[in-house]
Amino acid sequence: MQRFANPGQFQRLARAVFPWTATLSMLCFASGLWFALIASPPDYQMGESVRIMYVHVPSAWMALFSYVNVAIAGAVLLVWKHPLAELAGRAMAPVGACFTALCLITGSLWGQPMWGTWWVWDARLTSVLILFFLYLGYMALANAFDDPTRGGRAAAILALVGVVNVPIIKFSVDWWNTLHQPASLTRLDAPAIHSSMLIPLLLLAVGFTLYFITLTLIRMRSEILARRLRALQFAQSAVDGEPRQVSA
Amino acid sequence: MSSYFAMGGYAAYVWPAYIVVAAVLAGLWIASVRTLKAREADLERAEAASPRRSRP
Repeated sequence: MQRFANPGQFQRLARAVFPWTATLSMLCFASGLWFALIASPPDYQMGESVRIMYVHVPSAWMALFSYVNVAIAGAVLLVWKHPLAELAGRAMAPVGACFTALCLITGSLWGQPMWGTWWVWDARLTSVLILFFLYLGYMALANAFDDPTRGGRAAAILALVGVVNVPIIKFSVDWWNTLHQPASLTRLDAPAIHSSMLIPLLLLAVGFTLYFITLTLIRMRSEILARRLRALQFAQSAVDGEPRQVSA
Repeated sequence: MSSYFAMGGYAAYVWPAYIVVAAVLAGLWIASVRTLKAREADLERAEAASPRRSRP
């Protein structure tokens, strides 16, 4: 594991893994969409609007999954001061924010016909909205300092503090009397969902996860190059005898 | 066919949901790849300007 923690090694690994995750995610998307839009039955209560669930639920899972990963990267950065962890957090946060936004938008589009409202301030919806703001705060803080390492550390602390929101989101439907329905899949007993609906949901969830990994690899490579460019410019300005910029 | 696109009366909700997901996911891809290409070009230019320094 330590071997891949070196940015040069990581670049090689990322290039090798990229075509696989990219291709597999496209295959999952294609087959998942086929089942989600064509080869699955309408729900006996929700009718055809159940199809929104096949993109809403994976978006929600990815919103949480990305956040947990950003927080883990933050912990690794703060404990071991590993530079790749900071780049990983920076790379993943905007992707997670997009998944959270998609979760909220698709949820609204389902809520309007099913609940008769685009939005309610219930525990689940509000805690997911807070998750979205946590992502925005992370991104703002990470870029708020001239010295990116300081920004990265400040953002990592925010990410770790915000982790308390993750179990709140997960259990909000059990702890409070919400309009949002409780989990149908991640229950201790068997999932309360028929295989004809489980297949598109799982295919798209796997596709979303692989897509997230693919995007993270691309974005981490960009972050590594940006850091290398910064170091190069720093060294150059020192060689050229220009007054060296001192970052606070 | 038109009854399929009507989505049992939920067309105004189902299709926008899929379109916005596709648009955001595609947008993320385009933005990420563009940034990577731009950074690669920037780094190449910077390295050409300082030939003494070799890439690690």
